[in-house]
Amino acid sequence: MNSTALPAASLTTQPLDGGMGERIVLSGAWRNTSLPPVLGAVDELGQRAGGQRLELDFTDVDQIDTSGAWVLKQMMVSAADRGCEVRTRGMTPAMKELIGALPDRLEAVRASAGAKRTLFQRLFEPIGRTVYDFWEDSISAMNILGAAVRGAQLKFGRHSGLSPAAVVNQMDNMGVRAVPIIMLMSFLIGAIIAQQGAFQLRYFGAEIFVVDLVGILQLREVGVLLTAIMIAGRSGSAITAEIGSMKMREEVDALLVMGLNPVGVLIFPRLAALAVVLPLLTIVANFAALFGAAVVAFTYSGITFEVFLTRLHQAVAFSTIIAGMVKAPFMALVIGVVAAVEGLKVGGSAESLGKQVTASVVKSIFVVILMDGLFAMFYASIGF
Amino acid sequence: MDMQKGTPQDHEIVLSVEDLTVGFGSKVILDQLSLDVRRGEILGFVGASGTGKSVLMRTVLRLLPRRSGTIRILGQDYDQLSEAERTALDMRLGVLFQHGALFSSLTVKENIQLPMREYLDLPQKLMDELAHLKIALTGLAPDAADKYPSELSGGMIKRAALARALALDPDLVFLDEPTSGLDPIGAAEFDELIAQLRDTLGLTVYMVTHDLDSLFSVCDRIAVLGKKRVLVEGTVEDMLAFDDPWVQSYFRGKRARSIVRTEDARP
Repeated sequence: MNSTALPAASLTTQPLDGGMGERIVLSGAWRNTSLPPVLGAVDELGQRAGGQRLELDFTDVDQIDTSGAWVLKQMMVSAADRGCEVRTRGMTPAMKELIGALPDRLEAVRASAGAKRTLFQRLFEPIGRTVYDFWEDSISAMNILGAAVRGAQLKFGRHSGLSPAAVVNQMDNMGVRAVPIIMLMSFLIGAIIAQQGAFQLRYFGAEIFVVDLVGILQLREVGVLLTAIMIAGRSGSAITAEIGSMKMREEVDALLVMGLNPVGVLIFPRLAALAVVLPLLTIVANFAALFGAAVVAFTYSGITFEVFLTRLHQAVAFSTIIAGMVKAPFMALVIGVVAAVEGLKVGGSAESLGKQVTASVVKSIFVVILMDGLFAMFYASIGF
Repeated sequence: MDMQKGTPQDHEIVLSVEDLTVGFGSKVILDQLSLDVRRGEILGFVGASGTGKSVLMRTVLRLLPRRSGTIRILGQDYDQLSEAERTALDMRLGVLFQHGALFSSLTVKENIQLPMREYLDLPQKLMDELAHLKIALTGLAPDAADKYPSELSGGMIKRAALARALALDPDLVFLDEPTSGLDPIGAAEFDELIAQLRDTLGLTVYMVTHDLDSLFSVCDRIAVLGKKRVLVEGTVEDMLAFDDPWVQSYFRGKRARSIVRTEDARP
């Protein structure tokens, strides 16, 4: 019974009494675990065994399973194909039944490797595919954005206002719970910028300008950009995973059948929450970064908090803050829409879920940075 | 799946559960439950929803912890085995989960070959042949081999999952509601398939089911779970004779009566 103590499968051949053929005496356990040692011999026998008659002696076989039976059946079938007369001896009824139940040969199913593609095709097909994917992505992004703008939780004609509970719940998840990590990260970033700035400006005796540097950089660019990247990684991935797994379990279809618009029910609350929360997180991030900068400015350059604040007041105009904050809701929308598009693309397998979540994070971070660049060019040309 | 010499009716106990108690928190699900499964039989396991059929199966498969009791599978107590012996024992069990639990990123063939690759030292060609063989044995079309689970229908998923459960030629197979979600013809075919595989491969089958047709047509014995233990085990006649309101309404209900009647009418 103990499979660790199974006797390995073995076989010996002896000439048959009449000299017209061979007898193969099988013994041991012909199970999948104990089979490997004889596979070579079986293969070789399958090629040539027999002559006119082949007799298989099962008397000493202890156990046999489908793999053993299959290997022996193959040998018998190929011998019979060569015109050899095959006989068996000493089979128990169970063995007979098992070997009898196996098909003679399997319908050879070879996955057709597909027509061979030319170098041209292999080179340009992925590029074309990418362009098409990009186009389809933009279309569905517009679709989601449009559906979200068209009606808060538009229930196919029956207007019932948006559900505040869902939005607030999402705000808690994506906003309030993100505050600690955003604050910590921004504090460190502010401190690092201030430290490096102070070291460089020291050569010119202009250490006080580190306040201008940190203030403008953080409030215009870095604050909103890093917060958006953080949120893309933190909440964008969550949105894609949630919507994707709902898609996988046909929950999205269930919503559709109930006459509810998935965009309204699932995506709009998340988009709305993101659009509210990202600007707020940006403000938190800015405060934390300025505090970090102030601490570093004091420790490395002896700039006191009073001096820091006074200088900051002179350096930073209100328009600087606005220039940064205006970008936040746009980035929130981009993150939410990209995450939703990728979530709705999830197919049936767990693998595709992982793929789409990765794509969601990569794409939303890329688009957020791209957008920041576009805003910078826009501000430069209008002189903001 | 041993083709050991000797009849399958020698009443060797393949799975024995003694005084098993399982609970979560303050809630006791199974209390001092005992159960035996004999070699070569198909045991049907029934019980009202929420009585712990799945808990029992999952506990036997060690997916859930137990409070007390011993479980001996193929004569071996899992707790007293070394790592290697545990693996050897695992290889002799096959499980068909209720929803198939096929790996969604692998094709049917790869699903079947996964345990083979992990445990067996067979050449790829033979593994391919064996995978196709299991697919044929479970009644799937050959072209299902290269399909992904998301491309299969419910019945095909059950068959593919059964093929995977049989990948290593197990001695004992656990089936969790194998015919749920199949149409009556598909369910009857599946029942037949299980009975046929039991005969050819010498399987022992532990089947959780609510399908009265399966209970009446393929199960050798039936065990009823209730009141946190096995209320009664035995043949259909034992069930019909047993005096318990739930068992009575289950086996003598409107749906059961028609089956009993047609069974009786058979020559």
